[in-house]
Amino acid sequence: MFDTIISQSSFLSLITFFVIGAFGSLLFHKSDTGANIWSSFFAITGSFFGIVFSSIALLFGVNLSFLFGETPFFILSFSFHIDMLSAFFLFIISLVGFLCSIYGFGYVKHFYGKYSIGVLGFLYNILLGSLFLVVTSSNALFFLIAWEMMSISSYFLVVYDRNDPKNVKAGSLYLIMTYVGTAFIILAFLLAYRYVGSFDFAVLKENAHRIPSIVKDMIFVCAMIGFGTKAGIIPFHIWLPAAHPAAPSHVSAVMSGVMIKTGIYMMVRLFLDTLQPIPLWWGETVLIIGAVSSLLGVLYAMTEHDIKRLLAYHSIENIGIILLGIGSAMIFYTLGMPTLALLGLIAGLFHTLNHALFKSLLFLGAGSVIDQMHTKNMEEYGGLIRYMPVTAFTFLIGSMAISALPPLNGFFSEWLTYQALFQGVNQLSFSLQWLFILATASLAFTGGLALTCFVKAFSAIFLARPRSEEVFHTKELSYAMQWSMIVLASLTFFVGFFSGFITHIFENIGQSFTIFSRTSSFVTSASDVSLESSAHFSFVSAPLLFVLFIVVFLFVFLSTRFFINRKQQVVCASTWDCGTTLSPRMEITATGFARSILLIFKNVLKPSIQQNVEYHDAESRYIPKSRAVTMRVENMYDIYFYKPLQKIIDGISLRSKMIQSGNVNMYISYIFLALIIALFIVL
Amino acid sequence: MYFFLFLLQLLLVPFISPLCIGVIKKIKALLQNRQGASIFQPYRDLWKLFHKDEVLSKDASSIFRIAPFIVFAITLIIGFSIPLFSSFGIYTFSSDILVIIYTMAIGTFFLALAGIDVGSAFGGFGSSREMTLSALAEGGFVFSLLTLSLIAGTTNVFDISAHTSFLNGQYLISVILAFIGFFIVLLAETARFPFDNPATHLELTMIHEAMILEYSGKRLALMEWASSNKLVLFFILGSNLFFPFGLAMDPHISSLFLGLFFFLLKIMIFCVVIALIESSMAKFRFFRLPDLLVAAFIFNAVAIGLIH
Repeated sequence: MFDTIISQSSFLSLITFFVIGAFGSLLFHKSDTGANIWSSFFAITGSFFGIVFSSIALLFGVNLSFLFGETPFFILSFSFHIDMLSAFFLFIISLVGFLCSIYGFGYVKHFYGKYSIGVLGFLYNILLGSLFLVVTSSNALFFLIAWEMMSISSYFLVVYDRNDPKNVKAGSLYLIMTYVGTAFIILAFLLAYRYVGSFDFAVLKENAHRIPSIVKDMIFVCAMIGFGTKAGIIPFHIWLPAAHPAAPSHVSAVMSGVMIKTGIYMMVRLFLDTLQPIPLWWGETVLIIGAVSSLLGVLYAMTEHDIKRLLAYHSIENIGIILLGIGSAMIFYTLGMPTLALLGLIAGLFHTLNHALFKSLLFLGAGSVIDQMHTKNMEEYGGLIRYMPVTAFTFLIGSMAISALPPLNGFFSEWLTYQALFQGVNQLSFSLQWLFILATASLAFTGGLALTCFVKAFSAIFLARPRSEEVFHTKELSYAMQWSMIVLASLTFFVGFFSGFITHIFENIGQSFTIFSRTSSFVTSASDVSLESSAHFSFVSAPLLFVLFIVVFLFVFLSTRFFINRKQQVVCASTWDCGTTLSPRMEITATGFARSILLIFKNVLKPSIQQNVEYHDAESRYIPKSRAVTMRVENMYDIYFYKPLQKIIDGISLRSKMIQSGNVNMYISYIFLALIIALFIVL
Repeated sequence: MYFFLFLLQLLLVPFISPLCIGVIKKIKALLQNRQGASIFQPYRDLWKLFHKDEVLSKDASSIFRIAPFIVFAITLIIGFSIPLFSSFGIYTFSSDILVIIYTMAIGTFFLALAGIDVGSAFGGFGSSREMTLSALAEGGFVFSLLTLSLIAGTTNVFDISAHTSFLNGQYLISVILAFIGFFIVLLAETARFPFDNPATHLELTMIHEAMILEYSGKRLALMEWASSNKLVLFFILGSNLFFPFGLAMDPHISSLFLGLFFFLLKIMIFCVVIALIESSMAKFRFFRLPDLLVAAFIFNAVAIGLIH
């Protein structure tokens, strides 16, 4: 039974679903409905079987390697390796893919007649299929092919709504950044190939000790840039807030929920598995990048009033939190503290799962709102909770989960991350201790700011009075879309409730790593219902917390409702308005809400105000005719990283223009010179 | 016996908290050469509010209606989870410092949402200010409790309060620094001077009062009661974690009564201190408050650095 499910053929048939779904939907280019049904059916079934496959693999343990077909090139082989880590990523890909595909089935209907649904189905299935390949391939070249398929299909999905020139621009930025990233990844693999002589990950792992340390450091830097670009670490994140809003919402959910996690997957695989042992500064770098990304990510999210860009910045923040766990794992392992290292890894992976759940939930919620409101600007929403109660309620759950409020899932992974950082503060010596203090501080402030940001987002979208006419015409979307949001919201509850059991599975995943094969984690799940760190440092039990919350809440609610005074009358009246008539313009806006934070962090965020006033009479300047206020936030990474980089590239291009004389004889002599130099090097 | 202790843990804070508010108001009145209302006046206010009819805003959604119950329940949960009069924990599943801090954040979250929900400008700005302050206070809050956890070797607040070596020479400076940081956070989180003026209804300055402006009747009573509960909770955290004297170490009647006596004594000391602060200093400008909160954070970071 187990062997038949976890086998080569079952995995390949999973992939086949996506291939059939992709090419089949192209055949339906005449019929939008047909294409939608076909592609959604195969995406849903494929990812459903993906869930079955990966959860069985996770529960019973898996270590499966196989080759598929033959290639004429000896360095390229379609070799697969599915271990626990791959199975875990397969699980989140198929889980998020499953729910997003169901949602997408309803969501793409508003593209009918505008764009080709067949192409959308093709690209979406290719994206899901290539995600499956990325996390299971075990040959660098095969991996790169899958990686490119993933990048290109997601690029075409970003520019799918191509009538908006903004989307096309966002797509170009994404394409450029993803190719810069891929170039570094290729460089990293080539550097490794030079010393190992193979592109196979297993061979690379066995012979990693042959790579001299300086080259290893270069591989680390290249991999960090390459995979970091995909994961969206600051300062390589610029494509992310541009691309996520452009894509259709269920695709944004897949991109933010799982596609950027492939960067995390490769970082974990390379730094904690393949390239071990690693020097200390790798871990320190990852930890610092994690701290900076989480703090800046949430600060930039505060400044946004485009709902999807806000969520995209929160993805950067959460990638930062994941990297805090993984960075501390790297540091602890290098320092010879494997139990703590395993804790850091568990925290990182757990947060990966949680972020996939609540971020795709939030993106789907945002998608529903955008679908009804036809704008992404939060300032034009307001009061939607009356018109879309299910969306509002699930978005509230998602907001609470991402803000790490107990007893939802986000809290437990951040709790584990905190434990890893606390132990770093507790057990390490001076300079490293301060590094961990700063990392803890960034996590603490990130928590507070994320809460603020989601108060802003939720209230601007769903609460108070409608701020535009459009709101009155909104209504709840189809059941398929509601259903997938409800499932995701209840999953955040379940993962929180069973956090003890789930941590246990993560411990098994961690123990499948060679370096952790005989380690037990610092925080273990005692009897699957609670989390307890060794030496009784910390203890938390999710189910008991649930019970406490529910009992106390019901106690307060029922005693107030039924014992205090039952004869009370409740009168509905309008909000107190100081004698004027309240209009929606008097409400606080998302921009206004975040303004004080913006001003407090003005050294980082660099807010600026530009006022353009036009007067009736330029002489008197008392009665303005029109007044425009533009508020901007200058981006630090633009000023200190991209602008200087652009200057350097411009300068070099200008210099290199000098050799361009336009004379053909000159060019021929260049070719000749190049030939001679090449000969010298070869001989 | 244990059931009795459970119930005491759950109900002691809401039982005592209006008295605190009354005492603070009385001391402030006396310092202002007024006679002031009786210290039991807040109980009467609550009783009155609970029996009044309610006016709800037409714009209010279900969030506004449910928020007072959640905010109040959160204060009960935290009161249940921290050492009030005894340092032996019968239960430990909710007494982790992070659970306490993040559970408190649930209350803040719903309070801020309720403030915005009715769509008045006051509520919105109150929420914005409240969230700004609580976001900045988070670092100091986590770190002050972390300092104690690192010294005591546990993050369970009951075990921290059972640990009495804080005032040994080795840790003295750390504990004092952490306490200063914690005290600043206390003032910010409980909406006291110099962060907020609990007696004001001036639109330019109010923070906490602005958020609950639209409430009336039983929901207002719950909100007011919850905020006085929160004040007591911070008093208790400050006294029982930093200066764990007089806590009952075992479930004997005599030591429990002694514990209760010390519980009241400590709360009263804090009330006097708060009243003195409020009578002797002015409210800060809003944009000077972050400096104070960052200072709180730095005190705590230094405190942690000094532990080893």
